[in-house]
Amino acid sequence: MLAMIGRRLLAALPSIAGVIVVTFLLTRLLPGDPAAYFAGPAATPQAIEEVRARLGLDRSVPAQFVGYLGDLARGDFGLSLTTGLPVLRELINRLPASLELTLAGLLFAVAVAVPLGILAAVRAGSWIDHATRIVATAGVSLPTFFTGLLLVHVFYSVLQVAPAPMGRLDVFASPPPHITGLYIVDALLTGDAATAWAALAQLALPALTLGIFALAPLARMTRAAMLSALGSDFVRAARASGLSRSRIVWVYAFRNALLPVLTTLGMVFSFLLGANVLVEKVFAWPGIGSYAIEALIVSDYAPVQGFVLTMALLYVLLNLVIDILYGIVDPRVKLES
Amino acid sequence: MAAAGEYARHLRHVVTENPVTGAAFGLFVLLVLTAVLGPVLAPYDPLQSNAAHTLEAPSARHWFGTDQLGRDVFSRVVVATRLDMTIAFASVALVFVTGTLTGVAAGHFGGWVDRLVGRASDTIMAFPLFVLAMGIVAALGNTVTNIVLATAVVNFPLYVRVARAEANVRRDAGFVEAARISGNGEARLVLFHILPNTLPIMMVQVSLTLGYAILNAAGLSFIGLGVRPPTPEWGIMVADGANYIQSGEWWIALFPGLALMLAVFCFNLLGDGLRDLIDPRRRT
Amino acid sequence: MKRREFLKSSAAVAAGVAIGGVPWNGALGQARKDTLLAISENGPNSLDIHGVGTNRPGYEASWNSYDRLVTFGVKKDGQGNDHYDYTKIEPELAEDWTVTDGSATFRLKRGAKFHDGTPVTAADVKWSFDRAVTVGGFPTFQMKAGSLEKPEQFVAVDDRTFRIDFLRRDKLTMPDLGVPVPVIINSGLARKHATAADPWAMDWLRTNEAGSGAYRVERFQPGTELVFQRNDDWVGGPKPKIQRVVWRVVPQAGNRRALLERGDADVSFDLPSKDFTELAASKKLTIVGTPVENALQYIAFNVTRPPFDDVKVRQAVAWALPYQAIMDSVMFGRALPMFGAAKPVADASWPQAHGYATDLGKAKALMAASPFPNGFETTLSFDLGLAGVNEPICVLVQESLARIGIKLTINKIPGANWRNELLKKQLPMLTNTFGGWLNFPDYFFFWAYHGQNAVFNTMAYQNPRMDKAIDLARFAPDAATYEASVKEFVGLAFEEVPRIPLFQPYLNVAMQKNVTGYRYWFHRQLDYRQLAKA
Repeated sequence: MLAMIGRRLLAALPSIAGVIVVTFLLTRLLPGDPAAYFAGPAATPQAIEEVRARLGLDRSVPAQFVGYLGDLARGDFGLSLTTGLPVLRELINRLPASLELTLAGLLFAVAVAVPLGILAAVRAGSWIDHATRIVATAGVSLPTFFTGLLLVHVFYSVLQVAPAPMGRLDVFASPPPHITGLYIVDALLTGDAATAWAALAQLALPALTLGIFALAPLARMTRAAMLSALGSDFVRAARASGLSRSRIVWVYAFRNALLPVLTTLGMVFSFLLGANVLVEKVFAWPGIGSYAIEALIVSDYAPVQGFVLTMALLYVLLNLVIDILYGIVDPRVKLES
Repeated sequence: MAAAGEYARHLRHVVTENPVTGAAFGLFVLLVLTAVLGPVLAPYDPLQSNAAHTLEAPSARHWFGTDQLGRDVFSRVVVATRLDMTIAFASVALVFVTGTLTGVAAGHFGGWVDRLVGRASDTIMAFPLFVLAMGIVAALGNTVTNIVLATAVVNFPLYVRVARAEANVRRDAGFVEAARISGNGEARLVLFHILPNTLPIMMVQVSLTLGYAILNAAGLSFIGLGVRPPTPEWGIMVADGANYIQSGEWWIALFPGLALMLAVFCFNLLGDGLRDLIDPRRRT
Repeated sequence: MKRREFLKSSAAVAAGVAIGGVPWNGALGQARKDTLLAISENGPNSLDIHGVGTNRPGYEASWNSYDRLVTFGVKKDGQGNDHYDYTKIEPELAEDWTVTDGSATFRLKRGAKFHDGTPVTAADVKWSFDRAVTVGGFPTFQMKAGSLEKPEQFVAVDDRTFRIDFLRRDKLTMPDLGVPVPVIINSGLARKHATAADPWAMDWLRTNEAGSGAYRVERFQPGTELVFQRNDDWVGGPKPKIQRVVWRVVPQAGNRRALLERGDADVSFDLPSKDFTELAASKKLTIVGTPVENALQYIAFNVTRPPFDDVKVRQAVAWALPYQAIMDSVMFGRALPMFGAAKPVADASWPQAHGYATDLGKAKALMAASPFPNGFETTLSFDLGLAGVNEPICVLVQESLARIGIKLTINKIPGANWRNELLKKQLPMLTNTFGGWLNFPDYFFFWAYHGQNAVFNTMAYQNPRMDKAIDLARFAPDAATYEASVKEFVGLAFEEVPRIPLFQPYLNVAMQKNVTGYRYWFHRQLDYRQLAKA
């Protein structure tokens, strides 16, 4: 098992190396000149050159790249010019916010899409089937930022049931002690239900926005997997032996449909981690996505590089976890393959 | 010939049997017509501002109201159809050709070609895709060409994977063997025997990514990386109009948003329908 | 039914815990009353005004947590709102001062202490001023504007006495001590965090505050939140009324408006003009709009090459711009028009309106007489960071100029690249805003029109007559000469039109009705020290 994990991680190295090189080159292609930007509004060309030298941007691109690799090897992700803080510290601070949002979105999507998918498969061709398809597809047809703004308008401004879209917690509440970094989990662990509730209220709308976007692939895959499981020989056999309908659906068919659903779940999770950049911007959510967007717009190289690298590592880890889960759900799957 | 007749019959069957697909197909025809006719259908010049009629609510004169510069929202939404369809179709055509060929080659030849292609698409997959698209457009400049290019790059691994799997399955299939024995070269084999057989499943992919391309362009517009003003484009109209929702001028964002949603919706449903067409048993 | 019950019961659990735990609502209500919640589009990237690339929100953080030797007095503006008064220089950390021909000597206030409790001494002032003129970039440049250039000029006479030796007689020296740059830093504390490579502790002061100001920084999360706590030992002025200030970053303009309308946020500068106009009409919030001193939105030409090296072409454009449409549908009236003066250059004030207005007949005649009677194609560029105002202006200008045969392509340039493009001076035509902190016409013209060709002279305009008039005004021996030379350069700017002023923008602020004491400052940031919340 451990050897397998090691091999998998080793196999991912070329992709990570590719990500590092491409990101580095892409940031250097950005049109802005960070030196001119950070030298201030009244800078003379000479002052800009001074800033450039201080930022290390006067070196040739290969030299900069070697320097960057050296820093990375020492675990130094560089300094963000926009926030003035080390990128690594910022990413560690902000990652839990993004993870909490993505997980909550995913949880919502699973809770809605899987039952809908099963229902659609059991009643294939009925109006429930068509309605599920239309609802799920409609969810994936709106740009996330638009869904988010619409939800804020309806639930915060008009109905006045949602809290202010101002980040993870109300201004006057203080964050729970840091354990996992996920506010709801930390608050529950320390027995602070009021803070957990406040954090949940802040999380509801952004998670909903993100979750709506993930309904379609999950519902679609659940339905397909259930259909093929329901049509398989062993279900037919089970039916013939007079087992109850619910037992057939849940025990026999669903357990076998779990595998493809799990794969889709992994894909959707990594997709959502990337897609939440816009949702974070709409809800002033202090995650790593909004951090990366702001940095990209002002040509602040280090955070963009750090963000992409973090995401790539997460992606590799996620795939590994899914493969391991795969093995647990279905022992027939050889992890080597 | 017989196969084509079979397909047509099946098409008619799917469209009539499944009302959702039928409706999607109708919508698709409508979108294409709007894109082609475009300016002819627009009652006003989509670029013409009018300081005396800014921010007017929908009325008989302006069906979708007017925007902050007094431009007719309906005309802008209609005229934008062509550009949005162009972005969607051009990016998908680009990735379809490159991705399918690369994938089929990788699946057919295997070996180092396969490994190289696999690595390249793994690398792209490891990127947060929207941020990669952002990076490409930010680095190369926010022109329609670059938006198309970025969308194509981001979708590349998807096409490669599907095409590779299809080609891999068919590499040793009977009809390929037969063609090989009758003296066809490998390149000929790939182009005329394997490629055509992967096309049906690729068409499903195409229809799904058409929708994604439009959403991607809209997301880029939201962070300021969209097409040049004053060009009407759905994404940029939604992004600009979003600032007016809170102050009550909902029509500026809502109508382009609906158009965008309908288009993506239609492509997605069509993708499902196409899947039924190809393989009724694998219906999802 | 079940779902509703579930929701109800979970709400009840939450409420039960809240009541059983801390007196949640009471504490919250109390905190709310004493806390000011400010929201903005961007947050500070540094607490150090001398830092490399410190952004505008950073000025606000520094302004409220550090002191300067002097500050400016207050007056009422035309609408009865508080407005800083640049003619009145008042004590902040300095108790009093004497100015002679060669120097100014300041006596520091007794009992002035930094936030860590150490007393403020003249050595701290010297260290801070040395730092400002040495580190380069914006602070050094701003100090130079007041002829404050070398460390040798700054002398710590004894613990409480500080002297500045003048390099030359400059009317801007004293006002320049009241701008945000010459802050006084706790040099003992900062030095502890200085290194050989970083003698001025630039790294440490970026995220740590070492001031003596009215507010101390309690929590700083760049890009998210900044929390200030009142410094009750402050000696710089009357004790501030607000105990705590929470400043949150809310990137979405629509959300900022919603937060203000719902009463969840107390104050914000960052809304579109349209929202300010509507909120002012709805009367639910207090809206104050103040014309930004010495600032103009303009269209500039590159005058070094065709087609805009021809003055007739420039004048034709000046007669073809849709001034009123821009005022109405871009600024929603929240700006001062700068066009269509019946008798331009009647006095020596600045900004003042020019004589051009929208008159396509005149514009066409000038085009016909120019080297480009059939028009031409070119690009009009703007800073994407300020797209809310710039983009609609460009669209209207594009449409209007098409009528006189000038075909424009609109070019949006990302914020990071904008300054770079300005420095290159290659853009044929652009729209931008420029404003000077120090409110003198000659100061504005020195940066925007002088042949020294600073970055703000976006036209690369060079004219010896202009330079002579500007130089004469800067060091004018008497009022009459000053007035004559100001009129001379303003007249020249209107006649040659290397840039066309469109309007003077407003600084708008939206506040809850219970927030009072707002004061306009030239640096266009919020000063918490005068605010009160009922």
